[in-house]
Amino acid sequence: MNEENPLWASESFWKKVAIWVTAGSFLILVVLTFDSLSQTEVGGKRVQAYSVINKKIDYVYKEDLHKFMPVIGETELLFGKEFTEEEAEKLVTLGKKTTQAKNCMNCHTLLGNGAYFAPDLTKAWLDKGWLSKELREDLMIKFLLDPENNARTFGSNRKMPNLHITPEEAKGVVAFLKWMSSIDTNGFPYNFKTIYATEE
Amino acid sequence: MNAKELCGVANAKLDAFVTWTALDRSNLSDGRKLAVNYFIVAVILFFAQLLFGMIAATQFIFPNFLYGFLDFSVNRMVHINAMVVWMLYGFIGCTYWLLEDESQTEIVGLKFGKLAFWVLTIAVAIVVLVYLFIQIGAGNDTTLWLINEGREYIEAPRWADIGIVAVVLTFFYNVVATFSKGKWSGIAGVLTLDLVALAGLYLAGMFYMTNITHEQFWWWWVIHLWVEATWEVLVGVIMAWSLMKLLGVRRKIVTTWLYIEVALMFGSGILGLGHHYFWIGTPEYWLTIGGFFSALEPIPLVAMVVHAVYDSGSHAFKNGNHPALAWVIAHAFGNFFGAGVWGFMHTLPQINLYTHGTQWSASHGHLAFFGAYATINIAFFYLAIQHWRGDVWMSGNAQNAWRWKWALGLLNVGVVGMTIALLIAGYEQSFIERAVEGSTWSGYFTAQNHPSFQSAMVWRWFFGLMTFAGLILLIWDLLTIGKGETRKMAIVVAERGAGCVSFLSECDHTH
Repeated sequence: MNEENPLWASESFWKKVAIWVTAGSFLILVVLTFDSLSQTEVGGKRVQAYSVINKKIDYVYKEDLHKFMPVIGETELLFGKEFTEEEAEKLVTLGKKTTQAKNCMNCHTLLGNGAYFAPDLTKAWLDKGWLSKELREDLMIKFLLDPENNARTFGSNRKMPNLHITPEEAKGVVAFLKWMSSIDTNGFPYNFKTIYATEE
Repeated sequence: MNAKELCGVANAKLDAFVTWTALDRSNLSDGRKLAVNYFIVAVILFFAQLLFGMIAATQFIFPNFLYGFLDFSVNRMVHINAMVVWMLYGFIGCTYWLLEDESQTEIVGLKFGKLAFWVLTIAVAIVVLVYLFIQIGAGNDTTLWLINEGREYIEAPRWADIGIVAVVLTFFYNVVATFSKGKWSGIAGVLTLDLVALAGLYLAGMFYMTNITHEQFWWWWVIHLWVEATWEVLVGVIMAWSLMKLLGVRRKIVTTWLYIEVALMFGSGILGLGHHYFWIGTPEYWLTIGGFFSALEPIPLVAMVVHAVYDSGSHAFKNGNHPALAWVIAHAFGNFFGAGVWGFMHTLPQINLYTHGTQWSASHGHLAFFGAYATINIAFFYLAIQHWRGDVWMSGNAQNAWRWKWALGLLNVGVVGMTIALLIAGYEQSFIERAVEGSTWSGYFTAQNHPSFQSAMVWRWFFGLMTFAGLILLIWDLLTIGKGETRKMAIVVAERGAGCVSFLSECDHTH
């Protein structure tokens, strides 16, 4: 180094900085990835076991945490059946694959990610648009099987097209949506009033 | 008319078109012939991107338009996929374009390169046809393998994923083998390492997972680390090379800048990935890490603006390809505002809680992808067409220069207009749907039905049309610019005393 070519203007210095910064950042990312993946395994605190579909799921504001959190309650069966963990996983998997195969994400958002032509599905299971918890399952299935004649446009004229979902796939989608609504999403969406909050 | 006659007519029309363009492929080296093949497909896909974008934008205003035939989900998928793929085609083309010049030798494995081009192009054509005509399938693995994976941006079915990886590996081999045979440089080193990351990251998005938190975690590895890290560095490489060639900037300066940009880009962008991990089920520490590092992400983009503007100014904007330089400047500002400012505006978790999943993201996406990536590709198209014409003079005063100026104006004003319209829609959604109504379905539709949202969608449509008109003009200009021009760029520039007289060896003072 000399006055004409100080360290801060030196090519070799910045080359080393680029290499170390990149390697260091990537290393930190890898460590955090391992930690995040282990904290979000199915069956953990943040991402519930698939059999959570046998339970009542709510989403309420926690004063001490200053955010909304999912709350898992007592038994509230889906389709009148108690699923084992294996059966629940199978059904949720069918539902998840159906949401991918029908390209849901290019109209809706899931966990807030996707397209913005139709509502977010993160807490769709808890939405007060399904009127009451007694009517909910039936309305959801009918809507998925024949969205044109059971359109829920809220005055927007936007209708979901018929995606030729089979009855079994529809059940899978509902199970998937119920399971997804139990994920701890750090308080997103904020201020969401669930179907239970409306009933109370 | 039978099929044979039809083919004959089509061939004759194509020949007439090629004659009309009067482009002489003998002006191009073999490597650059391959590069322009990539550019041609890139422009066709750019057209498709805007066409399907317009259809989707129309459906926001008239939801029944093409309902049940070409639904929004299909149009939107083709819109964003065409964009990702045309930009990749552009980047691969740019790399092949600069490869021989930078390595100072002929491309190694050109045959594989040509084969890979045709494999990729046929695969892309099949994928798009399946998107359009089959669209969806049953909820099983067959659909994910053959039709559509249903994951935004990387919807391509699994068979195509494998094809893409094979093609990228071939491309990578060509690049590394060529530099190894010829000459390595700082630019070559950064390019090679960046391509390793680009290819490797794609693998992270190739697996099915029922656990949606894990799935989106890895999905963002591909999307974010491509778009906000490896693509940005790739653009830095292309920009560095372009500034040397367009303005005659010294190699030592661009290489040092490139290292600084890599340090800042990866230093902020890799952990900036955390801004996608706020709300998908991942731990709370991402709110801090993602917020902090993504807030730093605009810094390298400021550095790039300084770099481009300083170099242009210090060389008094003298160069032999005015449209290319204009697009490089558009890139520097577009990247800074679109990716930097628009990203920063909603990246902190305290505001992102309300803006996440609204038209805010669409506003940012439009300006960022255009400003950061479309512009630099277009600049390169102009470099390529100039060379293809035989290095003729391309100035702002030429007879038909209005075409490139108007194309530049229409495309930039069109995209900025869409960005502002979508921003208004995003603000309205954040306020009404998210903050007031709490993101219920009825809240969503209350926001969608609001007059300020509806009028924003109309404004977006008009500015989209302006963008589309700009693209059509741009294509016309690319096909005709320099046609009939006999003055050689090198002679004109030398007469006028610019720093760099050619894109090739005359720029030796840069070494």
